[in-house]
Amino acid sequence: MSTDTTWKNFRIETHDGVVTVFVDVAGEPVNTLSQETGAEFAAILDALDKDATVKGIVVASGKKDGFVAGAKIEMLRDVASAAAAEKLSRDGQAGFDRLERFPKPVVAAIHGACLGGGLEWAMACHYRVASNDKKTQLGLPEVQLGVIPGAGGTQRMPKLVGIATALDLILAGKAVKPKKALAIGLIDESVPPPLLLEVARARARALADGEQLRPEPPGVVGRLRKDPQGALQKIALEENFLGRELLFRQARKQLLAKTKGHYPAPLAALEAIQAGVEKGLEAGLETEARLFGELAVSPVAKQLMGIFFATTALKKDNGTSDPAVKGRKVESLGILGGGLMGSGIAYVTVNAGIPVRIREKDDAAVARAFAAVAGIFDGRVKKRSMDRLEKLSRMRLLTAGTGWEGMERVDVLVEAVFEDLKLKQEMLRTFETLNPRGIFATNTSSIPVGDIASASGHPETVLGMHYFSPVNKMPLLEVIVTPRTADEATATAVALGKKQGKTVIVVGDGPGFYTSRVLGPYMNEAVMLLLEGASVEEIDGALTDFGFPVGPMTLLDEVGIDVGAKVAKVLHGAFGDRMTIPEAMGKVLESGRLGRKNGKGFYTYGDPKKKKIVDETVYDVLPGGRKRKKIDRAEIAERCSLQMVNEAILTLGEGVLRSARDGDVGAVFGLGFPPFRGGPFRWADAEGTNRVLERMRRLEGRFGARFHPAPLLMELGGAGRAFHG
Amino acid sequence: MSHHRKHKPHHARASSDGSPPPRVAVIAGLRTPFVRSNGDFKDLSAVDLGALLVNELVARSGLPLSEFDALIFGQVVPSQLSSLIAREVVLRSELPRTLPAHTTSRACATSVQAATEAADQILLGHADTVIAGGAESLSDAPIFASRKLAQALVNASRARSLPERIRAFASLSLKDVAPVPPALTEPTTGLTMGESAQKMAWENGISREAQDRYALESQRKAADAWASGKFAEEVMAVEVPPRYLKISAVDNNVRRDATYDALATLKPAFDRRYGTITAGNSSPLTDGAAAVILMSEGRAQELGVKPLGFLRAYAYAATDPGDQLLQGPAYAAPIALDRAGLTLGNMDVVEMHEAFAAQVLSNLQAFASRKFAQEKLGRSDPLGEVDPGRLNPNGGSIPLGHPFGATGARMITQALRELARRKGRHALLTICAAGGLGAAVVLDGPEA
Repeated sequence: MSTDTTWKNFRIETHDGVVTVFVDVAGEPVNTLSQETGAEFAAILDALDKDATVKGIVVASGKKDGFVAGAKIEMLRDVASAAAAEKLSRDGQAGFDRLERFPKPVVAAIHGACLGGGLEWAMACHYRVASNDKKTQLGLPEVQLGVIPGAGGTQRMPKLVGIATALDLILAGKAVKPKKALAIGLIDESVPPPLLLEVARARARALADGEQLRPEPPGVVGRLRKDPQGALQKIALEENFLGRELLFRQARKQLLAKTKGHYPAPLAALEAIQAGVEKGLEAGLETEARLFGELAVSPVAKQLMGIFFATTALKKDNGTSDPAVKGRKVESLGILGGGLMGSGIAYVTVNAGIPVRIREKDDAAVARAFAAVAGIFDGRVKKRSMDRLEKLSRMRLLTAGTGWEGMERVDVLVEAVFEDLKLKQEMLRTFETLNPRGIFATNTSSIPVGDIASASGHPETVLGMHYFSPVNKMPLLEVIVTPRTADEATATAVALGKKQGKTVIVVGDGPGFYTSRVLGPYMNEAVMLLLEGASVEEIDGALTDFGFPVGPMTLLDEVGIDVGAKVAKVLHGAFGDRMTIPEAMGKVLESGRLGRKNGKGFYTYGDPKKKKIVDETVYDVLPGGRKRKKIDRAEIAERCSLQMVNEAILTLGEGVLRSARDGDVGAVFGLGFPPFRGGPFRWADAEGTNRVLERMRRLEGRFGARFHPAPLLMELGGAGRAFHG
Repeated sequence: MSHHRKHKPHHARASSDGSPPPRVAVIAGLRTPFVRSNGDFKDLSAVDLGALLVNELVARSGLPLSEFDALIFGQVVPSQLSSLIAREVVLRSELPRTLPAHTTSRACATSVQAATEAADQILLGHADTVIAGGAESLSDAPIFASRKLAQALVNASRARSLPERIRAFASLSLKDVAPVPPALTEPTTGLTMGESAQKMAWENGISREAQDRYALESQRKAADAWASGKFAEEVMAVEVPPRYLKISAVDNNVRRDATYDALATLKPAFDRRYGTITAGNSSPLTDGAAAVILMSEGRAQELGVKPLGFLRAYAYAATDPGDQLLQGPAYAAPIALDRAGLTLGNMDVVEMHEAFAAQVLSNLQAFASRKFAQEKLGRSDPLGEVDPGRLNPNGGSIPLGHPFGATGARMITQALRELARRKGRHALLTICAAGGLGAAVVLDGPEA
């Protein structure tokens, strides 16, 4: 071919009749697919087709550690209509169809992330070789953005790995590592990274020479001998009509139970897969393109993509108004207190490769802190997401003692001691005499950071780092800055949080900051409903129906009723009557209920294997007793969620939040606000700010001042303007 | 004798104008509790112990990790699974993985060897900050197969058929199959440490009563030191991995309740009939780790680090193992003192390793003996008498225990802290070691 042609997003090398096409999207750190790359690749194929000296082709990435991460999501976001999105899908399908039918052998050489459109591309090749590297992973995560694979993925995946496995991977958007990919047949070979291109080229050459690289599929007897269980399952479920029906029906049932009908994409993927399996490839592709088009412009996909773009933007945000500010390098972290929070923070930190020093009150508490961190790693070793040596290489970064020794060298100290202002101030003073340059971060969830910082000789190095429990699982970190916090300190905390794998938002100081504060009126409203006579399960049910992962009563049991009461007290103190704590809460506490931690709350906690049920005796201390009143679930959900949304708008108006974007991300990742609703601000926008305002006014009329609309809501709602421009 | 020829008392590093030799700062020292073998540390190897000790020492030091230039570490009884303990310790601690490390050995003086090597490197200008120490796990001591069993196993692994494989074992007798425990035997004399010490006790006329009284006194001093909190800063608590259910915080061989009568009833260990050495007047088999951080004096000043003290001079010497195996300190101490430009009388603390009470008493006897000085050292005058009030003020290896590779580093820290408490200027530290080796170090207190 004319190798002198230069391409914008591709680079071409020829070795002994085999052409390697490196995808290297110009100006981007990772490869994504767009119409532009598609057109260029088609032109390259044209040229290679005509060139008689070309025997075979290898498709590889020009990026160091990534193959192709998927389709360019901006392209999907900006699509004008379902028809336009459907056309995108059909174009993609046609391109990969041509690749699959290409007369010369095409081998994919995969290293790094091979996701979405990237994997669809690889699956259309004739042979797949992947590096056996940790960074290599393959999957079709489209459903996580509210769409489905749109370039033949729902059709080619089941052919390669079988229906059951394809359902497993596509419906959950799960990615697999090379070892698993090889075992299920998604790739043909897994090789050490330095050999990747060499092996891929050799395979392309062999295929061109007519060699049979894959063994003939064994007969039934052979299959049964090799893998009796797997073969039997396939024969029973996948290779006959009744079995397949059962498989699809089961999968659909599970999906509906899991998504409560809020997420249409997995169901659509199922439909496309089923169409292909039952009616053939053409019908399958047809269904895939149609559903892709519908989903791409659906509200759920818009919201999920909105969250994706918000988190992507946050990854680039240093947390200050000046993008030039750089945080200091954190070479070691100190933690005061190795309890649940402290050990969780230690885990995410050593897991990021940063040495940690914990201070605890005595040797026994030190031992518990070590055991807690090791326990999280052991869980991962057990689940095989980490091996034993990797665990040890992380644990070596953790030391702990009962004194302050070693804290003089830490760059950041996170205090996770008891929630007591005096104690925290004392810790701050001691730290500053020992380490005058270190940043002091408090993990308080309710005490204003400024109150703690008032004890500091240099409050510019004091801020809050509010982690969520369990720290190893919860994705959000809320960094709290006071008016005196230096940008450098803020940027350091934000960068540290990102290293720890967190999505980080920066919020202003104040009672409850952002997340705890907006949770307050939401929880209070739930308790109000309880006092009005609603049952515990109706309240929880209404909000899980709305899309929260757990309802407010369950949440109260989980975080501890005493903890909830404490935060509520702080908020009441700060915001007055509209956050009045319902009196009955005191009675619930007096009856010895702390929630799950003492096995006594709104629910019973006996046998962990049994489904937990509401503890009816809790009603004995509540008005109305055990006879509960029916309150419409829609009303419950509206009242609770609007309290949260209105409070979020208040924080934005007051400048606690830097942006509506941060408020959305904080509520979704920190509080479980339904992702398909996009967050409080996206949701208000989607509902219409004028309609939200109207509903607040109506509730204000019924229940009084606690539903008084936030000034910013009145302003925007009155003008019919949205939070997100 | 050969050591006459080698001994050059005037070839000390002290400069001719009498000013003190260049020295190296000891800025921190730490050890694990010393625990009887097969006890709390039974599941930990020497590498594990070394790594957790070094990790805590480094973390407590407050020094940036980039400050460290090297780690020198040792163990005496080799481990089967890791051949280079020093490097393994680095790789299992928070120290940067780019830190070079090497293993060193001088039997029971191993961690003194590590410390003096570190000091040499610093004085040569090759390094500013070096960690030196050692660890021992006698719970994890290698058990060897007999020579015949080992050969049979090798032959069996090469066999091509099952009958051939079986034949490889055919010639073995029952005793060949029994595992061989490690022996603390001098290979050239065939005597164990204990037998050699017993021989010294007889030859030097050290009575059973003198040994038991010495051991009792050492036990009492160690118990007092623990009770008064003197060890709190130099012994870390170990939360025992991997499950962290056990916590080891104190040396478990120190006997607060030891009495002379109880010691006197113990049976001799090495000669039932004429023996005087018992488990009570010997150091026990112990697991543990200890290390120190050494730094150039200039760097310590730059960083504003206040040293525990200084390593001022040292010497190693050896005697014929067939003579008095554990008399090494009596040969090394005079040279070290000469190199320091000091005398025994200048020493505010004398820290002497106690392998056996009989050995300590023999060493002290030789220190004071004009005959020994003239005949063995070629010196006209003896070193002198050691003031009992300055000898091992907080107990020695008999009560505290003796993880071979860790003892030297333990003693450096212990001596310097005692020197500081006494506001003393100088300390002498000696260790006897297998092979007839002796080590001696002269330390300066922080104010000296």
